[in-house]
Order: sequence, then C-alpha cells, then structure tokens
Amino acid sequence: MERNPMRRQLAIMRQSLFDQGHVDEQFVQLEELQDDANPNFVEEVVTLYYRDSARIILNIEQALERKPFDFRKLDAYMHQFKGSSSSIGAKKVKAESTLFREYCKSGNGEGCMRSFHQLKKEYATLRKKLGAYFQLARQAGPVETASRPK
Amino acid sequence: MNVSSVKGSMSISSSTSTWKAGDTISDQFPAGLRVLVVDDDPTCLMILEKMLIACLYKVTKCNRAETALSKLRENKNGYDIVLSDVHMPDMDGFKLLEHIGLEMDLPVIMMSADDGKQVVMKGVTHGACDYLIKPVRIEALKNLWQHVVRKRKNEWKEFEQSGSVEEGDRQPKQSDDADYSSSANEGNWKGSKRRKDEEEETDERDDTSTLKKPRVVWSVELHQQFVAAVNQLGIDKAVPKKILELMNVPGLTRENVASHLQKYRLYLRRLSGVSQHQSNLSTIISAQDPTFGSLSSLSGLDLQTLAATGQLPAQSLARLQAAGLGRATAKSAVPITLVDQRNIFSFENPKLRFGEGQQQHMTNKQQVNLLHGIPTTMEPKQLVSLRHAAQSVGNMNMQVPPHGPQSSQNNPLLMQMGQQQQQQQSRGQILVDSTINHAPRLSSMGQPILSNGMATNVSSRSGIPENIRAPGYSQTPSMLNFPMNHASELPGNCFPLGSTPGVSNLTSKGAFQEDVNSEIKGSGGFMPSYDVFNDLNQHKPQSWELQNVGIAFDSSQHSNSLQGNLDLTQSALGQQGFSSGQMNGHNRSAAVASKAMFSTGDVKELRSAQNVNQHLNNLLVDNTIRVKSERVCDTSPANIFPDHFGQDDLMSALLKQQESVASSENEFDFDGYSMNNIPV
Repeated sequence: MERNPMRRQLAIMRQSLFDQGHVDEQFVQLEELQDDANPNFVEEVVTLYYRDSARIILNIEQALERKPFDFRKLDAYMHQFKGSSSSIGAKKVKAESTLFREYCKSGNGEGCMRSFHQLKKEYATLRKKLGAYFQLARQAGPVETASRPK
Repeated sequence: MNVSSVKGSMSISSSTSTWKAGDTISDQFPAGLRVLVVDDDPTCLMILEKMLIACLYKVTKCNRAETALSKLRENKNGYDIVLSDVHMPDMDGFKLLEHIGLEMDLPVIMMSADDGKQVVMKGVTHGACDYLIKPVRIEALKNLWQHVVRKRKNEWKEFEQSGSVEEGDRQPKQSDDADYSSSANEGNWKGSKRRKDEEEETDERDDTSTLKKPRVVWSVELHQQFVAAVNQLGIDKAVPKKILELMNVPGLTRENVASHLQKYRLYLRRLSGVSQHQSNLSTIISAQDPTFGSLSSLSGLDLQTLAATGQLPAQSLARLQAAGLGRATAKSAVPITLVDQRNIFSFENPKLRFGEGQQQHMTNKQQVNLLHGIPTTMEPKQLVSLRHAAQSVGNMNMQVPPHGPQSSQNNPLLMQMGQQQQQQQSRGQILVDSTINHAPRLSSMGQPILSNGMATNVSSRSGIPENIRAPGYSQTPSMLNFPMNHASELPGNCFPLGSTPGVSNLTSKGAFQEDVNSEIKGSGGFMPSYDVFNDLNQHKPQSWELQNVGIAFDSSQHSNSLQGNLDLTQSALGQQGFSSGQMNGHNRSAAVASKAMFSTGDVKELRSAQNVNQHLNNLLVDNTIRVKSERVCDTSPANIFPDHFGQDDLMSALLKQQESVASSENEFDFDGYSMNNIPV
C-alpha cells in the first residue's frame, strides 16, 4: 500500500477500475509502457483514443439515422471502434461493441440501436472515471509506474 | 559485422553470414530491428510504436498503406519487417502484403481485431509471416525478430544451395563464353553436390559477408523469361550474355543473369543427380530417403520435373509444393525445396512468408532431376526421384507419402485441400496396395486421383500425376498429386510392381494419389505454390495464387482436364471424350484449370493465374510425356522430352508410348478400366 495518502487513493481508484470491469489487462500493458521518459503515456493514449473514437461514434450515429440500416457499414465502423477500444483496454465498451456487431450480422436494427445506446453510456462512464484517475495521478506527482494489481 | 547487420544494413549476405558463422549474432540483436508499422487507427499506432520502441526496435510508423509502400520503395533496404493492419481505408492490408511480397521481399505481419478463421487464413495464404490479434501485447512483439531471421536463413540456404548469387556473380569464370563448365561453382557441380555445397557455403559466407549487392528480384515473369530464353538457346548453349539478350530486360545485368543461371543449373543438376542415385526402383520404394523428406521431396521432384519440362514457373512449383507439403511438416519441405529452388530461379521474391517449414531445400534439390535440359534422362530419373520423393513422403504403400494430410494440415494452404486429401489418401492407400499388385485397382484409383489431383494437388505433384491417369476421376482433387507420386515411383525403371509400365504407372499413380492428396496441398505441382515456395525461397507469399490454384483445380477436376493427360491409352482418352488425344486433353485440362483458376474469385493477379495456366498446360503436357516415359521404362523411350515440349512433340511421344505399352497395359485391364470407368 502506498504511504502517501494521495497515492493510496490513486491505487484504490485504479483497483476499482479493474474490479468494476471498466478496464482489462490491456490497460496494464499501457501502464507498463509508461516510464520516466513518458510519464503520462497512458493518459496521452487515452486522450488520443477519445478524440479519434468520437469521430467513429459520430459516423455510427449518422448511419443509424439513415433508414434502412446499412449493416455492413455499421459493422465496419464498429469493427474500427472495437479495435481502438480494445487497444486501450476498455473492457465494457469492447463487450458492447461485440454485441453491436452481432446485431449487425443478424440484421437486427432494434438490437443495434439498443446496443449502441448502452455503448455510449459505457463509453461516457469510462471517460469520466479515467479522467478523474489521471487527474489524481498528476496531482499525486511523478511516481513509480502503477504496479500490477496484487 | 554484427553491429552493422543489426543496424540494418541487413543485407542478406552479411546477416546470414553472421548467423551462419556459428550464430555469432550481435549482442544487440534484435535491437535496432527496423520495423515499419502501418495502421490507420492512431491509438493503435501510438501504442504499437511505444511497444516496439520498448523492444528496442527502430520504428517507423505510417497511417496509410500508400505512404508505407512509398517509404518502402524509396528505401528498399531500409526496413527489416513490416507490421500492418488488415482493415485500412485506402488499401486493403492484404493488397499491401502482396505488394510488399512482390517488390521487397520483406516479412510482413498482419494485425487485426478480427480473429475470424477466414481472415487469418487469408493472411496465411497471402503470405503473411504471422497474424496478430488485437489488442497486441508487447510479448507478441518481442519475438518479431524471429521472422526476419527466418527469412534471412531461408534466403541464405537458397544461396548456399544455388551457389550464392554474389559469389556466382563475382566468379570470373562466369563469363559468357565459359558457360557452365567454366565457372568454378559449376565445375564443382561435377563433384559431389553436397561437398560442393559445403565448399560453396564456406566460400560464399566469406565472400558474401562483405558483399552487398542490390538484389535483383526475380519475379515470376522475369524467371519465365529467363527460362524461355534458356530453353530457346538450349540448356547446353545458354550463356548469360545470350540469355540476357534474349530476355531483353532493361536494367538486368549479365551478372544477374549469370548468377541466376548458376543457381538454375545447380538446381537442375541436383535434380538429375538425385535421380541417378535412384536407379533401383525397389530400392527407392523401400528406402525412404531421408533427404527427400517425403512429400516434400516428391513434390519437389515432381514439381521440378514439371517445372523443367513444362517450364513450370517456379512460382507454381513453389506454390504447389508449398501447398502440398504443408510446409509445416518436414516432409512437405522436400518438395517445397525443390520448388523453392525453382522459385529461386523464377523469383527471389519472398513469396512464402510463411516462414515456417523451411523445408529441406536441400533435399528437394537433390531429388529433383527434373530439369529441363535433361529430357531423356530426366524421365527415368525423374521417376526415380519421384519415387524417392514419394517414398520419403511417407508412402502409403509404395511411396505414397501418407503425410499428405499431415502436411496439408500444417500447411494452411493445404487446409483447403486437406479434406480432399484425406479422402484421397484413404483412396490412395487402397490404391497403393492394389496398384502394386493389381493394375486395375490403380487405374481406378488413378483416375480419381488424377482428376482430383490435378485440381488440388497441383501444388507439387502436378507434373506427373496428370499424365498418369487420364481417367477422369474428379473425385480426388489430388489428381495432381497423383502424378507426383507417380512420377516418383516410376523413376524410369520398371517398378517391381509389374513389368508393365502401365502397371507401374498405376501403382505409382495410386501411390501418388495419396501422396498427391496429401501433397497436393503443397505440391499441387501445377498450381503455383507460390506461397509455399515463398517461404522457402523467401518469396512473397502469393496466397492468392495458391488459393486460386486450389480452387481452380477443384473445378478443373470435373473437367477432367487431367484425364486428358492420362496416357493410359489413347482409346481411353478417346473414350473420355478427349478430342484427338492426350495432348488435347492436356491442353484442355490446362485450359480448364486455367479457367477454373481465373474463375475462382480470388484470382487477384491474373498474371499469376495465367502463369499457372501456362504452366498447367506445360505441366499437363509434360506430365503426359513423363508418364509415358515412366511407363515404358524398359523400352528406353525415345527422347521425347525436348527442352521445350511442344504439344506436337508430346503428342507423338505419347502416341509412341501408348503403342509400346499398349499391350502391357492391357494386361492390367488398365485400358479397359480407364476406358470404361473414366468418368468424363
């Protein structure tokens, strides 16, 4: 356990991200890439992710406004989105993406809509949590990289 | 040197020599490995870059395939390995893979969040060295260097075996006039090949270690042109200068041609040398030449023979071999190596990126006698070698290498045909047993095998089986395979199976069938086993070609294209509905196959398909002839194999053989069988 209360809190926050299933092992991979040369690597990557994926979300939204649904296109967008999300370890978002793709493959428009709605929720939740986490990390000051969950 | 190779002046010679020389790999290696990573997703790209840097690689990133290609083109030797995403907006990842394979001969790793079997298979068939599922972990990247080493190793082997390009180039004897006899390397050929290889190996290593020549990429077309020129001149008279003139390729130097010719000759020699050792059929049958590596060897031989006779593009050979051999297994390696050799000649593009299964290039080379310029002798030798190949393959009974299925399994390419092969194998097994004893059985077996074989087994065997069994059994896709096996078994000598050539044909066919089936995967013989070969020859995996081939064969099976090739009897052929003789049949089958190939959706590169078709045609023709020669082993067949097999020549040859073996054939009911049961 961290002696520094702030760091302790950071560790708790981090642990809850894992425990609640928001992030998975891939997130740890990112953390391990962080070093003194790139002390905020994880945050940078996540920021890049949210910026880039916003574009894809918009594309999907627009595609969902056109009826009938172009499932092939929707699936392609979601494939892209899923790849991005999985690379930062966004577990719940990734799971929802998979579900969305299943609906696309079976041509289930209703399912797609519901799934997308849920996906956006998870996406937003993750963004908030990670935002708070990184903010605390900055405040806690440069520390050794996060250790693997014990 | 180590450092320099690590730094990325990783010319083949320096790197290979580094590795060869007792594995004195630089301590730094794989640090400094120059990786080009292509991904349209900026998040993934950033992460990958960071991971690669953490692995101490030197990273260049691109977010567009076009950018990546232009970077690669600008600096051909500037990268060691490429990592590419599959789904990209501007260009399909597989297309990029193909380009890289063709132009640069670099190992390419594909990545995708998509882990569907189809996509992964596509990666394999297109020649990717590996396929990573996203999200990519750093552990997966830590071993990236293995693909580079593997490729270099294969290239090195190629060089060694073929007498090293650089060394050949630098050989002063490699003059235009000197021709093959003058060159030191070639002179060495006269001696024991193995010894020569070792010597050359040493020499090459020393010499090439410091030599860094811009590599000429011997594309399929280029190699075809080369082979055509050589044939035109006559293998004995083909001198680099004249070849160069005939080829009329701007930018190609006499040295390039000379070194390529050297390799080619070496290849041919190996083929003939191998066959010489196998004069005794029984020996061959029983003995499993370890060098042959079963399927691979057989396939290799077959392919080579085919290649030699039919000018099968190395590409095809490689493909076939690769396919049939299922590169994964050692067995398959043999044919592949043969093919590879061929491939070496045809193109140095690393087609086979599979990287695995560098199968015994050596063995193949040795086995393959089937070189062009040795028509008359080739036949029997081919048969012998083929037999060996078949044996080593893992004979079902005779020499039919049962490993077909194994190889096929291993070989992703083969997978396509795997099922067929398995079926065929069982059939083949039966056939093998019976063939030895009963001609009729064989014929029946052969037939299906042939038809099928052609289609699927094109990979390595293709050359031989086609001829053997005309009966249009389209069941076995391994028609082609069959011929392969067949060829091996029939090495010029009458098999103990029966004095009748026909019988032997049958048996071999049967055996081949199995082999073919299994080998078909790799050996398809006719089908350009581009992929397989690539691996061995470090050619770019042209998976599409292989795919096309496989598909083509399947479709061609039904067309009984191979059937036409059966020499069994003219009447049989006639009955099969082949117009005017086998040749037609051959042509038809080739045409059919070609068409099939084209029609297969995946024929991305018509060029290759066309090549395949050509080769297929050639193969068919060749096979026919070959089969014939096999059959009349006792009756030293007239030299029917001119360097360039014309259809007319083949036809007459076939007819001749037909007549001579007609009686014997009848003994085995083969004719009857084929005639009556040939499903056209």
